[in-house]
Amino acid sequence: MADGEEKKMPATPEDAKPEGPVPAVSNDQAETAPHAAVESVAMEPAPAPLLKPAAEEPAPRKSAELVRAAYEHPLLIRITHWVNAISLFVMVTSGLRIFRAFPSFGPKIPQEILIDIPKSLTLGGWLGGALQWHFTFMWFFAGSGIVYLAYQVFSGHFRTVLFTPKDIRGVWPMARHYFLFGPKPPATGQYNPLQKLAYSSTIGFGVLSLLTGIVLYKPAQFAWLAFLFGGFHLTRLWHFAAMCGFLSFIPGHLIMVVLHGWSNFMSMLSGWKREPEYQE
Amino acid sequence: MIERIEDRELKRQSRRQLLKLAPVAVLGVFAFPKASDWLVTKGVGFSDWAAGALFRREHLAQTYANSAVVPFEKFPYNGYDVLDPEVDLENWTLTVEGDVQHPGEYKLSQITSLPKVNQNTRHVCVEGWDVIGAFGGARISDFLTMVGANPGAKFLEVECSDDYYESIDMPSALHPQSLLCYEMYGQPLDRKHGAPLRLQMPTKLGYKQAKYLETIRVTSVLKAGKTGYWEDQGYSWFGGL
Repeated sequence: MADGEEKKMPATPEDAKPEGPVPAVSNDQAETAPHAAVESVAMEPAPAPLLKPAAEEPAPRKSAELVRAAYEHPLLIRITHWVNAISLFVMVTSGLRIFRAFPSFGPKIPQEILIDIPKSLTLGGWLGGALQWHFTFMWFFAGSGIVYLAYQVFSGHFRTVLFTPKDIRGVWPMARHYFLFGPKPPATGQYNPLQKLAYSSTIGFGVLSLLTGIVLYKPAQFAWLAFLFGGFHLTRLWHFAAMCGFLSFIPGHLIMVVLHGWSNFMSMLSGWKREPEYQE
Repeated sequence: MIERIEDRELKRQSRRQLLKLAPVAVLGVFAFPKASDWLVTKGVGFSDWAAGALFRREHLAQTYANSAVVPFEKFPYNGYDVLDPEVDLENWTLTVEGDVQHPGEYKLSQITSLPKVNQNTRHVCVEGWDVIGAFGGARISDFLTMVGANPGAKFLEVECSDDYYESIDMPSALHPQSLLCYEMYGQPLDRKHGAPLRLQMPTKLGYKQAKYLETIRVTSVLKAGKTGYWEDQGYSWFGGL
């Protein structure tokens, strides 16, 4: 079948290029796209054509059907998201191991054990091993965070995610929808107000964990920063609190990813979201 | 921004974009211990390099008023095997070796006769706890001048009566707050805290501040796998604050 003939209009300039991966495309469509499923049924030997009335689709497969899609996540956002996700995992698990060495925010003498963190939740095997992970992935964590923030600011893309005062009103209806099965507020943009709140505060936790981490790593060199956080001793608490912030975000984030399905998840890998809920 | 796009084209775009992300998947190799050991060793090495580059010899660590100092009984001591290696304090001498003009045995009185520094500084343990203590001693830099150490030498190695050992980068050793400490809280160093002489450096973590000093060696070459008791097991070598 000659695919080129059926095109009504090129959707993008790349359409005009000679098509290399055509067989692969057809296979993919057979797996997922509804009209392609008709085709695959038709190719089976026996009774298929009779079962499917030709009302919707004429016999030759149309590939020029248009779908709504949005390129939501630019490459840099996707890269930094995943590098950050991996480093955050390492930083939290190794950080918990480091915390085990002195699980308190009080004095060493007498020492109280605030939380006994199970070893199975930690990375590194012992304090030294955990510090190695922590001191390695802090660079990935900081690097991905800084690149992300710089990109968001300079591209103007931050407007999709930054929580602003006008989003405040929308938080409760969204929370009511998620937690109390209230009516679903109409989608107005890439992210709803609750998402903006969650993402923006997570970015805040990232900044806090980075700044407090710098103080814990080099309190003598960054004495002024230590002073801002109330000294070395207290900074440990803020560093821990930033992690708690992340831990409060991650489960909800993962649950939402699961609830919103494959196309939504794939958008953080490919950038493209099929059939987004919002208009424009 | 929403586009209307051919299904096939969307799939092709998506696949192309997905491939661009593939290099990130390479990070998965670090799930294998061999690769991750290599990575974290490099990572700590890079962190140490950055810490060394950041270090400024003239930048002083914060000092505190006497009222901020923790009571002596609440100043912790950590020993790695014994709390008291039973040093013979009467006949103790410090052996000085390596790249120095006057190697040999030095008495404690020769060290206490150097200008004395008293400082209340924060002692930070790698475990996460910290205390402000009161320390007294001679500047390492003064002592190195006395023994005629080569000013171009890169490292200071120390060996201890309890078989602990350490090595320090020379810029940190020459920092004006880096002491050969023989007093805590105005009293001669007691046995639990490293009598008769220990390193005291508010720009270093506790494990760098070796106790029960026996030998000091000035050198420009560190022995691989023998750079410090804990460092040889994975702690950061620079260990700076």
